[in-house]
Amino acid sequence: MKTERKLEKQARTVRSGYLYILSLALSASRDTAKMDLNMDSNAPHSMGTTIIGVTYNGGVVLGADSRTSTGMYVANRASDKITQLTDNVYVCRSGSAADSQVVSDYVRYFLHQHTIQLGQPATVKVAANLIRLLSYNNKNMLETGLIVGGWDKYEGGKIFGIPLGGTLIEQPFAIGGSGSSYLYGFFDQAWKEGMTKDEAEQLVVKAVSLAIARDGASGGVVRTVVINSEGVTRNFYPGDKLQLWHEELEPQNSLLDILNSPTPEPMNI
Amino acid sequence: MSKSVVEVPPKGGFSFDLCKRNEMLANKGVNPPSFRKTGTTIVGLIFQDGVILGADTRATEGPIVCDKNCEKIHYMAPNIYCCGAGTAADTEAVTDMVSSQLQLHRYHTGRESRVVTALTLLKRHLFNYQGYVSAALVLGGVDVTGPHLHTIYPHGSTDTLPFATMGSGSLAAMAVFESKYKEGLTRNEGIELVTEAICSGIFNDLGSGSNVDVCVITKGGKEYLRNHLQPNPRTYTSSKGYSFPKKTEVLLTKIIPLKEKVEIIEGGDAMEE
Repeated sequence: MKTERKLEKQARTVRSGYLYILSLALSASRDTAKMDLNMDSNAPHSMGTTIIGVTYNGGVVLGADSRTSTGMYVANRASDKITQLTDNVYVCRSGSAADSQVVSDYVRYFLHQHTIQLGQPATVKVAANLIRLLSYNNKNMLETGLIVGGWDKYEGGKIFGIPLGGTLIEQPFAIGGSGSSYLYGFFDQAWKEGMTKDEAEQLVVKAVSLAIARDGASGGVVRTVVINSEGVTRNFYPGDKLQLWHEELEPQNSLLDILNSPTPEPMNI
Repeated sequence: MSKSVVEVPPKGGFSFDLCKRNEMLANKGVNPPSFRKTGTTIVGLIFQDGVILGADTRATEGPIVCDKNCEKIHYMAPNIYCCGAGTAADTEAVTDMVSSQLQLHRYHTGRESRVVTALTLLKRHLFNYQGYVSAALVLGGVDVTGPHLHTIYPHGSTDTLPFATMGSGSLAAMAVFESKYKEGLTRNEGIELVTEAICSGIFNDLGSGSNVDVCVITKGGKEYLRNHLQPNPRTYTSSKGYSFPKKTEVLLTKIIPLKEKVEIIEGGDAMEE
């Protein structure tokens, strides 16, 4: 299609003049951003992350944690890693926060143009391909793994995984981010074809919660986005309301609450 | 055979001539002076009617405090202010540049600037420079869509938060915010909380110090409280005053008013091409 080819040309190079020149310097700077106990505010802001995308009969469910870390410091404990590209397509971002934000901004802009030129909502496949073109053609300069998920009237609910090198792979479910290492076995066992919406959402929440329990770079709250023919629903599961797993303790009330209560009881030994 | 020197026209770009010399000096222990950084504690929070930004006022050059009362809350637009941490030159330059761009945009559109506009301009610029423009910013303002608070990191990533801290003292300030922040603070509660957070940075972080600056932005307008709190006054000043030895002796003082040298004509002819 003519519009698609034009978009491809535009998407081939990220229009940011200094990226080429500084690509060598970029790899050097990333090496020096070591894990310090003290926060290095110049360390690249990366999202440790656990991101998940799952299809069910009728649509898709995207899920993510909410932790953004700079070295060992949590820069944002309630970030939103599931960003909107169009009304019916969302993307889960992982890896470098800056890179993934810029890529999704460009693709949102291209998709907007494409929707106007096409005259109808963009398909999930087109959105995923635009992301893939940017990721693949700038693979030396970008460090971002993305999961594109959405619903369109031609193919229904679709999930596309686009990991670091810029591969595009259509999958019934996709996992990404540092926390995903702990979920491969879990999904092999728990994933079923043709789940209902609630089953799929519960699966996603359970999976993110398990990854948060084991991965230091994931944490905070669990955010999910359900996309189907009816529209988009955003959900939010606070971190302290999640199920407790092996060796996880009940949250204790702060000892300060005891001091502030009207009748502080003496401590029992 | 005569040795002919080929005339090479001077090329543009960075001149690497002194690099070897610098390397030799560094090996001998003579290091180049470090950049002037704002060690800094900068904070922002959203309260009932808008946004409150706060900053300390110490600028450091390595271990030396080079400015005891610098201004870290920069003007972006009448309704948008930006606190800057990192290399002082970078924060000043980038905020000035985006402030000009916003002014031009206001002329173009005829509307009040929005915080997301400033955010996008800043993040695009910083991303293009891949983190080499060392500016970590807390951007806050109130526009037609409401109050907004964002943090921008040197690599170009942004976060939108109800309360935020940046700089070397950010951990100390964040500890205060995390324990005492709640939604729907009043103006005075907000200013008190911001002041407390900055003081926490001033007293517990070596890179931050001196006074507290606060800026309150609401729909009605803004209030820039420069040196809102000065918890580090100069404790000792000599009562006798300081007398410095006189170096240069004055031999002669002669004042010639310029009117005698120049003829002034009242109401001359207009200039013509």
